[in-house]
Amino acid sequence: MKNIILLIGVVVLMAFPLWLVQKTAPGPDGKEVEIFKGADDQAKEMISKVQPGYQPWFKPIMEPPSGEVETCLFAFQAALGAGFVGYWLGTARTRAKCENTTKKAA
Amino acid sequence: MHIMEGFLPAKHAIGWGVASAPFVGYGLYTVKKRIEEKPEQRMLLGVATAFTLVLSALKMPSVTGSCSHPTGTGLGAILFGPAAMAPIGLVVLLFQALLLAHGGLTTLGANIFSMAIVGPFASFAIYRLARMVKLPFGGCIFLAAALGDLLTYVTTSVQLALAFPDPAGGFAASFAKFAGIFAVTQVPLAISEGLLTVVVFNALKRFNPAELQDMKVVSAQEVQV
Repeated sequence: MKNIILLIGVVVLMAFPLWLVQKTAPGPDGKEVEIFKGADDQAKEMISKVQPGYQPWFKPIMEPPSGEVETCLFAFQAALGAGFVGYWLGTARTRAKCENTTKKAA
Repeated sequence: MHIMEGFLPAKHAIGWGVASAPFVGYGLYTVKKRIEEKPEQRMLLGVATAFTLVLSALKMPSVTGSCSHPTGTGLGAILFGPAAMAPIGLVVLLFQALLLAHGGLTTLGANIFSMAIVGPFASFAIYRLARMVKLPFGGCIFLAAALGDLLTYVTTSVQLALAFPDPAGGFAASFAKFAGIFAVTQVPLAISEGLLTVVVFNALKRFNPAELQDMKVVSAQEVQV
């Protein structure tokens, strides 16, 4: 029960910004305002503001060819991690159950 | 907290690489030794790695209107000690640098330093401190994981401010700008990471009480083995 409250807390923390931050109307240049951009990209833009002349001196060796492929790889990364955590929870639960039954039987 | 490929001047990139290398080396040594002595802890090492993989793949929206991700390194730091997280962080950051063009090889050292060294060491120290002042178990875990997460992003801001000081205001002005992007965005995410880490530790306490006691995370009185 305690865990469920904690997990609800996480969902609320994720949903609240979605509700709080609303898209503002497009500026005078008619460009759509982007919201929920990656903080990493914003830092990149800030670098060009602080030091306009800076040129990155190394390019990524491989870039995902599209946003879709990138999403796929991120999902793969999350699935790998979540899969293992689930495997541990499953085996740990079963082990605890088995130990309980043997204790009762003895 | 990913500094993009090529976005640190060469001198800084090399400097952070040199600073991170001994931690990764020592971390590998401690992990290897631990698994040789206590092979039964292999499963939990997997859980610590997996937790970092999941959390660093989740880009969550924040109140600042931008997205960032938690790090998940507090869990492993509390379980295995902070040094163990350096090689684990390296694996995750390398995966993202090579396949996702997220972070990079030239910025790997700096990114390891923030996510896999400063974060875990902070989490570990905060956990021990909170235990010393006898906060409840869940509170200790929450503070350690959340503040470790936040300090990772503060470190990234420091790294960028050092590399790109503001022409007028110098380091301080530049730090304020980068921290405005990273640290502020991170506050709700750090809270989320703290809550999720508490959930995992509740399960660990229930299912792996012997290991937790063996790792000196909890005392014998707190868990019934």
